[in-house]
Amino acid sequence: MPGVMATAADGLSRAPLQDEGVRTIYEKSQPGRRAFVAPPIDVPVRPLDELLPARLRRIEPARLPEVSEPEIVRHYVRLSKRNFDLDSGFYPLGSCTMKHNPRLHERIAALPGNARLHPLQDPRRAQGALELMWRLQAALSEIAGLPHVSLHPSAGSHGELAGVLLTRAYHEDRGEERTRILTPDTAHGTNPATVAMAGYEVVKVGTNEYGGVDVEDLRAKADQRTACLMLTNPNTLGLFDPRIEEIAEIVHGVGATLYYDGANLNAIMGKSRPGDMGFDIVHFNLHKSFTQPHGGGGPGAGPIAVSSEIEPYLPRPQVVRRCAGADGQEPFFDLDDDRPRSIGRLRGFQGNYGVFVRSYAYILSLGADGLQSASETAVLNANYLMARLTEVAGDYLPPAYERTCMHEFVLSGGSMRRQLGIRTLDLAKRLLDFGFHPPTVYFPLLVDEALLIEPTETESKETLDAFAEAIASILREAGEDPEIARGAPYTTPVRRLDEASAAKRPVLRQPRATPLGA
Amino acid sequence: MAEVTYPADLKYHPEHDWARVEGDVATFGITAYAEDQLGEVVFFDPPEVGTQVTKDESYAELESVKAVSDVIAPLSGEIVEVNEALAAEPEKVNEDPYGDGWLVRVRLSDPAELDALLEPPAYEELLAQES
Repeated sequence: MPGVMATAADGLSRAPLQDEGVRTIYEKSQPGRRAFVAPPIDVPVRPLDELLPARLRRIEPARLPEVSEPEIVRHYVRLSKRNFDLDSGFYPLGSCTMKHNPRLHERIAALPGNARLHPLQDPRRAQGALELMWRLQAALSEIAGLPHVSLHPSAGSHGELAGVLLTRAYHEDRGEERTRILTPDTAHGTNPATVAMAGYEVVKVGTNEYGGVDVEDLRAKADQRTACLMLTNPNTLGLFDPRIEEIAEIVHGVGATLYYDGANLNAIMGKSRPGDMGFDIVHFNLHKSFTQPHGGGGPGAGPIAVSSEIEPYLPRPQVVRRCAGADGQEPFFDLDDDRPRSIGRLRGFQGNYGVFVRSYAYILSLGADGLQSASETAVLNANYLMARLTEVAGDYLPPAYERTCMHEFVLSGGSMRRQLGIRTLDLAKRLLDFGFHPPTVYFPLLVDEALLIEPTETESKETLDAFAEAIASILREAGEDPEIARGAPYTTPVRRLDEASAAKRPVLRQPRATPLGA
Repeated sequence: MAEVTYPADLKYHPEHDWARVEGDVATFGITAYAEDQLGEVVFFDPPEVGTQVTKDESYAELESVKAVSDVIAPLSGEIVEVNEALAAEPEKVNEDPYGDGWLVRVRLSDPAELDALLEPPAYEELLAQES
């Protein structure tokens, strides 16, 4: 039990992986060592110049690590063990939807027709892949409640950028120049960042006492300069905004678009549709709601669904189904580049195809009923965990808003800090010693010492109970000795990191390694 | 972390900024409460000397390990000096928020604005309401 041995700060009970020095694969290199033996040449040897002219050849040999196969395997397996991942434990990182990735999806993504497809393959010879993409577009369209989908964007933030560029194209096409985009103060940081990147001015909208959009503030700020309101519903407090129709009316009343940040779609799949709420543009985080190993920087996918008014501006090419022609030709799938009002290409090739395969497999496995039940269970799990935590830790970590939550919820660590002298950061670090990934911390910013917890539907009651019990133990322990949490973690490959130095004096370059024995 | 105090010779803005007025020039900084909420400050992005700042509006950014935050001007005027030492040692904002951790000096354009700022007891009362 890591929690027991974790109290020793003297290094006596460190996990074995802490003792492994961090050596790169280059530092493990030995001249001449190989992971394979090439077979003897059994064809006539031709001069190198004949095969590849000297001007195309590199002058110095590439500096590649020279290691044996077991060394390679151990190196990467060890690295993987130094990481915390969803396959090793509970990972309730709020707004990231760290749900289990079914292994079935990996089998399907690994089929040679999927895994070995070349991105430059002629569409005529990639009909299966294009059909999968076309069918995924149709499924996402149904889930969003909006008629058109583009699979181009490769991340949620990329989908946001696409959405803002579409908004601009839409306004410009009508001869309007709008300069401002509204985002609530609970928005994901990517919203204002996207707005700034696209050259718009960010205008913050406040939050009311129930955790929803301050509608009066919105009414005061929405005007002819407003291009768009970017909204997440349920928002990052895990709360559904019941005034969404009124909000949509205000936004459309000034001629602006309403953008749906799909980061929290896991709460409402098959229950309610952003299109029905009045949203014009929606992005999906396929890697969140529709399963995908993520959290290490990709690959992801952030498709967008849009209304008919926005459709002409969608990125190109679009995956389309061409109908049978007069020449008796069968219908076929194609990439349509003939889109004169399009905002253009957003990336090379057609997106992270492996992500599409896994998400499509997920949608087909679950079906409409299954997706609905996934969302219901995600909301149930979040409410159960919120109730459990209120029971065992409510004096120190009360919910920021006393409402039924959706798929995630926010606790405030303000009274924990005042009464026990430990901060949310200390609690988060200490959780690692109990084998749990910490929740999102210090976000949303409007909650003091915030903890944003998203358990997802794939966790069992036992796991949720164990997490609540771990939090209760940390609080009890802090009541006796707050130094334990302040010094955590103790059992991880690296201890508490110096975040300030990392930001002020970042080491951006690995010192050039000298091979052992050289 | 600095000791949480609110010196009597300063005037306070509800957005957790202070001003020390000497003649027609005022020094601005953030309060002990603000630096504590931010966590360790890692970067101060100052305005240029000569920039006009407006009361209640952002004039600079402070980046901490938690977030990047706007710094709100407690009074209006023109920047006459910025704390260059913070470029190398931004942590001074945490260590000494009312001394070496000052941010800018401003030639005030409307001294009457001073009346809208808070005395320490009123500011502390505001903090009690917030927490």
